Amino acid sequence: MTMINVKNLNVWFGRGRDRVDAVKGATFAVERGDSFGLVGESGSGKSTILRAIMGLAPDWSGQITVDGNVISGRRKPAFYKQVQMVFQDPYASLHPRHSVDQVLGETLFLHGFEGIDTRVAKLLDDVGLGAKFRFRYPHQLSGGQRQRVAIARALAAEPQILLLDEPTSALDVSVQAEILNLLADLREERGLTYVMVSHDLSVVGHMCNNLAVMKDGEIVEIMGVDALRNMQAKHPYSQHLLEASV
Amino acid sequence: MAMANNNGEGRGTASFPPWIMITLRTIGSIAVTMLGLMFITFIIGRVMPIDPVLAIVGEQASKSTYDEAYQQLGLDRPVLVQFFYYVWDVLHGDFGDSLLNARPVVDDIKRVFPATMELATLGVTMGIVLGVPLGVIAAVRRGSWIDQIARVVALVGYSMPIFWLGLMGLLVFYGILGWVGGPGRVGIFYVDIVPSVTGMILIDSMLDGNWEVFKNAFSHIVLPASILGYYSLAYISRMTRSFMLEQMSAEYIVTARVKGMSESAVIWRHAFKNIRVQLITVIALSYANLLEGSVLTEIIFSWPGIGSYITTALLSADMNAVLGGTVVVGLVFVLLNIFSDLLYKVFDPRAK
Repeated sequence: MTMINVKNLNVWFGRGRDRVDAVKGATFAVERGDSFGLVGESGSGKSTILRAIMGLAPDWSGQITVDGNVISGRRKPAFYKQVQMVFQDPYASLHPRHSVDQVLGETLFLHGFEGIDTRVAKLLDDVGLGAKFRFRYPHQLSGGQRQRVAIARALAAEPQILLLDEPTSALDVSVQAEILNLLADLREERGLTYVMVSHDLSVVGHMCNNLAVMKDGEIVEIMGVDALRNMQAKHPYSQHLLEASV
Repeated sequence: MAMANNNGEGRGTASFPPWIMITLRTIGSIAVTMLGLMFITFIIGRVMPIDPVLAIVGEQASKSTYDEAYQQLGLDRPVLVQFFYYVWDVLHGDFGDSLLNARPVVDDIKRVFPATMELATLGVTMGIVLGVPLGVIAAVRRGSWIDQIARVVALVGYSMPIFWLGLMGLLVFYGILGWVGGPGRVGIFYVDIVPSVTGMILIDSMLDGNWEVFKNAFSHIVLPASILGYYSLAYISRMTRSFMLEQMSAEYIVTARVKGMSESAVIWRHAFKNIRVQLITVIALSYANLLEGSVLTEIIFSWPGIGSYITTALLSADMNAVLGGTVVVGLVFVLLNIFSDLLYKVFDPRAK
């Protein structure tokens, strides 16, 4: 069953002569429980697709369907309960003056959960942070710990879909693997659907079943991860990208 | 000044709890700042090419009268000794006598400072109440018509000479429309009716329950306070706007939206909460500026405040009055500074 269906998505910024088309005619579908990768160089529009789904891009056209519902206009709170996002930079994406407890508690409160206290403890446990991190502020945490908090925050609403915007690119290589394994485990345990943006093909190869290769705002090729591993890309740009990452 | 205080990480002396160290350090920094201010003002007063003795005895006085007054003022002693005696007196609440009216400077300041404080407090309150929301809206709706209006309002506030605005205000609202009271703090029939408790007529008349005086005093203060309020509005709204723009473009705001929060909660609960610290500094600064006494406004509205008091004293070489006024203004600055430092610690959990 299709969880996310994106048809002919266009996203642009500015208007008139300043208009920049960030995404042009993107079409792809993600099955329930699948992990879908978006790869491409910087500025190819991969993050913009996630932002458009999340309702963070002001101007877009085309059709986005999530779990059978066509979404448009301002997203309702119910949407954010179903779809959550983890951002690239855990240094910037956490509120600088909120403790971990406040960050998680607020999200739980907004989505009307009860038993917030035990839920916060459980969430911290789920992402491999102990109770001692609960009342710390972001500046008292390392990059990896922050990203774990960001993941816990995204999971707090108990979404079915996680959009991951280069979740490890701001982290040390040694920490990257930990976070990726955590994400893979969480997906398995909770049956989550992932859409993951990365410019690192090995990360996508590790995490995803299918992937789309983007260039200059367009999806040039969609392939399975086996094709990626066997270097069987059809489009010249994908071939080029594969060769460059070997 | 006191802003330079670090966040009280006093680990040097283990025997005292940290809050005592912080208090001692704060008091120390006030003392050093005030002493420096007094010293500089005192020296300037002594080296100025004006003769305070002549101001008292007059040009026609004989040599013996002159010498007597000279000694009475203690001017025959070395400057440092004079300074020491001055500081000693100030510590005992004595700023000396005004050379002009021979009254204690303290009494004069007790009279003029509340007048300025009343005006400044009302002015800065208007600036906050209107300026902060205007700045927030301008930032959130960047580029919209309301942002443009806020820009024009602020620009006019920055660039319009205050005396012109004051005179036009008097002409239109007092002279032509007759909506407000004229110059002075109250109408002539209402002078000295209510007993002076705080020295602020609005509060004194309220305490006395005399609403007629209150109404009259309010009609006199509303115009000069609005003009000062407009100036602080211009500054506060611009600063609020730029602080808010900075926060609204931060990524944690995107996170807050993605949490499923309403936009007004994102703006007020997340972004605005984070600019409070900076905003307090800006507000304290503009309040301090108004407390210093806006000379032009006070002169135009015949407002017997500290600004016009110091200016008059300066022009007639009344150095005791100038020194006293300067010390009070300096103290206000230092105290507001410390106050905003304190609030900083309350509002920013990272500073704890």
